[in-house]
Amino acid sequence: MRGLLLRALLPLIAAASLAACGSKHEETPRKAPDAPVVITAAGQIDGLRRGVPIDKEASPLPMARVENFDRIRPVNYEMQPPTIPHAIDNYQLTVNTNRCMLCHTRSAAKKFQAPPVSDAHYLTRDGKVLEQISSRRYFCVQCHVVQTDAEPLVGNRYEGLNTTLAKEEKQ
Amino acid sequence: MIWGRLRAIWLRVWGWIKPFWTTVWRPSLHFSMGFLTLGGFIAGIIFWGGFNTAMEATNTEAFCTSCHEMNDNVFAELKTTIHYNNRSGVRAVCSDCHVPHNWTDKMGRKMQASKEVWGKIFGSIESREKFLDKRLELAKHEWARLKANDSLECRNCHQYDSMDLTRQSPRAGQIHQQYLGTGQKTCIDCHKGIAHHLPNMKGIPQG
Repeated sequence: MRGLLLRALLPLIAAASLAACGSKHEETPRKAPDAPVVITAAGQIDGLRRGVPIDKEASPLPMARVENFDRIRPVNYEMQPPTIPHAIDNYQLTVNTNRCMLCHTRSAAKKFQAPPVSDAHYLTRDGKVLEQISSRRYFCVQCHVVQTDAEPLVGNRYEGLNTTLAKEEKQ
Repeated sequence: MIWGRLRAIWLRVWGWIKPFWTTVWRPSLHFSMGFLTLGGFIAGIIFWGGFNTAMEATNTEAFCTSCHEMNDNVFAELKTTIHYNNRSGVRAVCSDCHVPHNWTDKMGRKMQASKEVWGKIFGSIESREKFLDKRLELAKHEWARLKANDSLECRNCHQYDSMDLTRQSPRAGQIHQQYLGTGQKTCIDCHKGIAHHLPNMKGIPQG
């Protein structure tokens, strides 16, 4: 009896673990917003006024908030700079100081349980290994950005590399 | 020789002081005991109140930012931070962080501040360039002060016992518990530059 139950549950468990595995590496494609997005004659997306004539009062969408949940987000393709899963309001990232590297530097990462920046960030253009982060990688937010809870302006069917691979494996 | 000169000087000075001294030292002829004691008491209240009012006046934001040195540099920077502009509208002004609330400490700080009057008169940070050159030194003074008093000015508002760590972001809650809760670190150890731009921090620990 017990064996039968287990056998019946097994595919379910497998599917669930596979789904969990998938969500670990992929962001699910987001749905298109409810409000219609107007594409103007010039092919521009009118995300702000949404087709409301200029002499009428538009009611814009609520302001998006920065996601601040501190869990590493999946990446969508190989070599994608990981997105920042926390707020960085008023973090000073200037020629004088780099707040990000307070936690994400290799020596401090363990202490703050932060992912250290990759080794590639310590290389010069000529491949020389440096002690400090390379100056060409210094301004983190050039590549790494926070994410907001804003709905995407248009829907898309993009599937990450891992989803595609998983599908192929299934077939 | 020298003693003779000093004696001559003292005699001269005593000549000026003597009339006042004898007047003060003798019992009063015209005023009653009650007038003198009560009058002294009331005058004391007025002087003390006036002194404290003047002290308070030098603690206001309007006073601090009346100098262009403060208004154009550090005050302009403060405006973008959460201590000036936030969801609940509670605001920290200059003195909330830079002047101790306790009376004796406050007087000590105010006496130190006479150096700042000196700096103002002689224009030690009168231009943006001069200010930037001196910024590290000035910042170091503040860090040392906050480190020495265990970030007292922060803790006047932010008390660890009243922090709901579950309402902080996970990493903030965890780090506060681990370092602030155990007393290993004090606020300023990690929160340098919380209200102003930082100088070149090369070689200065920030966390």
